[in-house]
Amino acid sequence: MSHETAMAEGGFWRDTGRTGIGAWIFSTDHKRIGLMYLYCVFGFFLVGAFLGLLIRLELMAPGPTIMTAQTYNAMFTVHGVVMIFLFIIPGIPASFGNLVLPIQLGARDVAFPRVNLFSWWLYAIGAVIVLVSLFTGGGAPDTGWTFYVPFSARTTTNVSLAVFGVFVLGFSSILTGINFITTIHRMRAPGMTWTRIPLFAWSLYATAWVQVLATPIIAITLLLVVTERILGLGLFDPTRGGDPVMYQHMFWIYSHPAVYIMILPGMGVISDIIPVFSRKPIFGYKMIAFSSLAIAAAGSAVWGHHMYTSGMSDLGVLVFSFLTFIVAIPSAIKVFNWVSTMYKGSISLEAPMLFALSFILLFSIGGLSGLILGAAATDIHVHDTHFVVGHFHYVMFGGTGFAFFAAAHYWLPKYFGRRYQEKPAIIGWVFMFIGFNILYFTMQVLGMEGMPRRYYDYLPEFARLNFVATVGSWIMLAGVAIVVWNLWRGLFRGEPFTGNPWGGASLEWSIATPPPTENFEEDPVVTHGPYDFKGVGVP
Amino acid sequence: MSHLEKDSFGAKLGMWLFLFTEMLLFGGVFILYSVYLTRYPKEFGLGGHQLDLVYGATNTVVLLTSSLFAAMSVTAIKTGAKKLTLGLLSGTIGCAFIFLGIKYLEWSAKFHHGIYPNSPKLIAGPPGESIFFGLYYLTTGLHGIHVIVGAVLMSWTAVMVSKERINAGDNVTLENVTLYWHLVDLVWIFIFPLYYLIL
Repeated sequence: MSHETAMAEGGFWRDTGRTGIGAWIFSTDHKRIGLMYLYCVFGFFLVGAFLGLLIRLELMAPGPTIMTAQTYNAMFTVHGVVMIFLFIIPGIPASFGNLVLPIQLGARDVAFPRVNLFSWWLYAIGAVIVLVSLFTGGGAPDTGWTFYVPFSARTTTNVSLAVFGVFVLGFSSILTGINFITTIHRMRAPGMTWTRIPLFAWSLYATAWVQVLATPIIAITLLLVVTERILGLGLFDPTRGGDPVMYQHMFWIYSHPAVYIMILPGMGVISDIIPVFSRKPIFGYKMIAFSSLAIAAAGSAVWGHHMYTSGMSDLGVLVFSFLTFIVAIPSAIKVFNWVSTMYKGSISLEAPMLFALSFILLFSIGGLSGLILGAAATDIHVHDTHFVVGHFHYVMFGGTGFAFFAAAHYWLPKYFGRRYQEKPAIIGWVFMFIGFNILYFTMQVLGMEGMPRRYYDYLPEFARLNFVATVGSWIMLAGVAIVVWNLWRGLFRGEPFTGNPWGGASLEWSIATPPPTENFEEDPVVTHGPYDFKGVGVP
Repeated sequence: MSHLEKDSFGAKLGMWLFLFTEMLLFGGVFILYSVYLTRYPKEFGLGGHQLDLVYGATNTVVLLTSSLFAAMSVTAIKTGAKKLTLGLLSGTIGCAFIFLGIKYLEWSAKFHHGIYPNSPKLIAGPPGESIFFGLYYLTTGLHGIHVIVGAVLMSWTAVMVSKERINAGDNVTLENVTLYWHLVDLVWIFIFPLYYLIL
């Protein structure tokens, strides 16, 4: 036991010269940076979830319940900003990407370790700026996370600082993207051909391209909001000849591709977990890898579907609607390939697999409801209703959020050298899954019945379903609490985790637990694919 | 690729990716320009004629010269000519200051005529004129910030060269900084005709 305890605290955890917090915040080790990202994004997830709970509490009954209308506006804005820019965009790529990517490629670190640390610092600085903006100036922004002009140019709340914080976060995201692209091109171990790269790394590759190519557009757009507020250039001000719809175009040119920054790494996690827990090679490796790139490419040309009701020509609506449907094809390719992988597999329903399976179901519901929104005729009916809110929570939380927890249960024991208990993980998952569906499916029904999003008050006929949705949020909270408590206790004080208990065939399962600082003592030579389980040993 | 050797190809790949993002950043401004140009062609024409061609053309020559110095400095460091490299880098930095000085004169003249963001004159004028000068200040301002960043990077590189941390064998950092400087130059090569020449 003493030997195993020493093991669990060894590896890259061992002090590397510096002591205390300096050993972390100045470390260029990708594993330490990945863990720092993980703690931050996870903290912000809890903050965002708490705000979401308060929003649901307010909507539990018609009329004022626990907060004023202005507070409510600030709540949904901050919930969106925190969840999107501080949790979900850096969520999987920056935390698990940093932890796993170099090891999966057989490298000792990313291509630019110091840039990697710099990008974490930018993330931390951006996060602090966003947090400061909530409590200074005119108070927390109340524009919604989309910062639409002309309201965002005129509101007295502290939009300028919040937007500047998001600008800094975007810079961080770009640098991570550049780092990952270069790493994947240049740092692969001998024998790690493009068709032997694990699918998680492939998904990070596609994500990184979107980060590099789309984020600069939001950067300039957000700068324009700041200059609009501070200098009064009038570029989006209709009284001065500007066009607010131009803002919406520029915002969504980034922010639609950004949803693929959010979902693609989640899909990568699922593509790595499903074959391991089905004891079967992945079905359609090349198609899954290719479909990530296809989603990234097609997803860059569909931003207009956010703007069907903003004043767009019928031809524009038609083209954007068509392109939107095209994105569904590579997404469906992935879903069918995951299901085919499980066919006749020896499926083992452990915690990572349960989260992965629920990802497939919830993402499918979210994706299909996205087609209802992508079709111009039906979109007019449900535009800006709770149907939209339900849709993107199915994709973002049911998709990426569940993938985040799947990744946490799958990879974190490897890095901590200790494991969580299986039973509480599964109980927590059951609560999360049930609560999730009660909450967000009800929202979709509410939207179909015509309840608008972002409204403080609503008609009495929506009262019953709103009450049900709020109860769902409590059940989900219970599930998240169990899962988090179990992970926390397990990873820091649980049983030792050694070897390769799940039988993964990618490189991270071939090295010591926890991984040593240098990952590999000698550069590995890769002789088989990441899902070639022959010789790995069936657990 | 092992970690034991420095991967200068990888470093340049990373830099080129970063330059893509810079182009896209300015791309956003150019999109606004093209949209508003088609909406207000007459006001853009009038606005363009108010810009000073002499200032603009001089600055173009200054920036092109600075880029020449920057390119020559890369050739110089590869032959190990440290003093020559430092001289050429100072030339680049000097050109950057001349550029900013001329920009200052140009902007002050405009301010003097009551043309600045949110000025009473622009607010009272036709909407397209306010948009034109709004874009003019935005684009040249954003470009000016890049000139300043480039000059700072150049100075830092010069320090590295004088400490011989950048030398004949290991000079990818200098090459990357000059790549950045060429981008700053290139963006101006687009700004100059769009605002000064074609309108």
